[in-house]
Amino acid sequence: MKLGKWLLPTYAILALVYLLVPIVYTIAFSFNDSQRTNIIWNGFTWNNWLTVCEAQGVCEAFGNSIFIASISTLVATVLGTAISIALVRYRFKFRSAMTLLLFMPMATPEVVLGAGLASQFLAAGMPKGITTVILAHIMFCISFVVVTVRARVASLDPKLEEAGRDLYGSPSQVWWRITFPLLLPGIVAAALLSFALSFDDFIITNFNRGAVDTFPSYVYTAAARGIPAEANVIASGVFLLAIAMVLVAQIGGAIRRKKLGITT
Amino acid sequence: MAIGAFSHGPSGVTTDATVQRSSRIAWLLLLPGIAYLILFFLVPLASLVMTSFQETIPGGFIGEYQNAFRWENYVEVLGLYGEHTMRSFLYAATATIIALIIGYPLAYFIGVKLRRFPLLQSLALVLVIAPFFISFLLRTLAWKQILADEGFVVATMKTLQLLPDDAHITGTAISVVFGLAYNFIPFMTLPLYTTLERLDLRLVEAGSDLYANPFTTFVKVTVPLTMPGIISGTLLTFIPAAGDYVNASANFLGSTSTAMIGNVIESNFLVLQNFPHAASMSLILMSAILVLVATYVKKSGTEDLL
Repeated sequence: MKLGKWLLPTYAILALVYLLVPIVYTIAFSFNDSQRTNIIWNGFTWNNWLTVCEAQGVCEAFGNSIFIASISTLVATVLGTAISIALVRYRFKFRSAMTLLLFMPMATPEVVLGAGLASQFLAAGMPKGITTVILAHIMFCISFVVVTVRARVASLDPKLEEAGRDLYGSPSQVWWRITFPLLLPGIVAAALLSFALSFDDFIITNFNRGAVDTFPSYVYTAAARGIPAEANVIASGVFLLAIAMVLVAQIGGAIRRKKLGITT
Repeated sequence: MAIGAFSHGPSGVTTDATVQRSSRIAWLLLLPGIAYLILFFLVPLASLVMTSFQETIPGGFIGEYQNAFRWENYVEVLGLYGEHTMRSFLYAATATIIALIIGYPLAYFIGVKLRRFPLLQSLALVLVIAPFFISFLLRTLAWKQILADEGFVVATMKTLQLLPDDAHITGTAISVVFGLAYNFIPFMTLPLYTTLERLDLRLVEAGSDLYANPFTTFVKVTVPLTMPGIISGTLLTFIPAAGDYVNASANFLGSTSTAMIGNVIESNFLVLQNFPHAASMSLILMSAILVLVATYVKKSGTEDLL
């Protein structure tokens, strides 16, 4: 039985290693002293990190991605949060039709979403560019915001808001002082998810970007001739920043729960 | 994570009378977002349907089409790309099974075995979602370079005689399926984790108390109880995998002989400018997936999934 006891942990650890191999590879090659292509290991250097923007177009593409992700996140989070509140708190007609409409974009393959938007922009005579990319990103982020925030709204006790109204709070006071702060963790999670989805989206973006480059589209195009190490630098930088944020939040949360004696 | 909400969403319909207020506010809250989805999700689909029936303008330039009812477009694409369609579903199904085989034990370990160690559990979860934070194109390229002919994996396998001397890994169906499975394992693992994390172990114990062996208990107790997670995990893997064109493209893990539906749609739309063919291909892919999803989730229903 000794073997059986170690089988699952070993399997799980191997699976995690499998997940992490390409990440480690990408980070390692951001330190590669690459000459023309970044395929063969040529020795360690800090230079790629110090001169990131010298590779043509990579920083511009990165800037575009940050801009697109910020705007899309902002709009999608506001629209999605409003929908979540309505879905949980109110009764209205066509409810199941709307649930289906919210579910469909997540169940549709990205190529179909991308091609659909592109043919709509084509039919409308709208030139492709940064605007069309943002319009597309907001669309697919809304559904993900709704799934995230909805759970939070459902767990919110309406009595707290009633108490606020009983104490003569105006609707806006009740919203800003009670509802919003209680929903905030869900809203933040939804915003982070939207940002990540928008930032890393390639398929939908590629159909609607025209000549504008985002970071993923830059990588895709560069893949034909060899990715510069600077692209690895940007990806690694974003990764390390994001993982640090998540670790702080997760471990902080676990410690706080332990202190409070909450076991689940 | 939001993906977790897929598997155990609240039933949504609140019966508490105190929370029902005027439906005017509801519409005010719903309208902007719903209008957005109609405008940028439903209308594009309609536009796709229209495009799929278009015909070339006689004497027009490449990429110029006019509205028509040319249903032959569908017949043509099925003839031209039937093989790609079959390949897409085959690759996606294989990748989904591999992701399940890797993801289920991983999720079980994190969700059940690590319950007593919350800190380790959080850490393991962070590692599962870590791939989300680094560009998936770069991760796929990393695999391409690791599995390349001059790379050490192929060299080792050739020395060990596991691979014939003239064999490749990249550019084959194996590397494409490998890449697809790799890319979507987190999508498989997270919903499985959320259901396994809530699995009542007393029920599993009851199974062994009733003299079921561990295998029978797993099949008759654990698997049915975690079915919602299995359904959302497999859908979250299969749908994007069937439409993916990055893994299968020649600059990444595939070659021209591994092209999937996604590659066909991309090249028809963005390179050949054959919009009607791209549109009819998209609609075929979408309807195939919808039929599949509908039959698959019949027991759970959309309300539970969202």
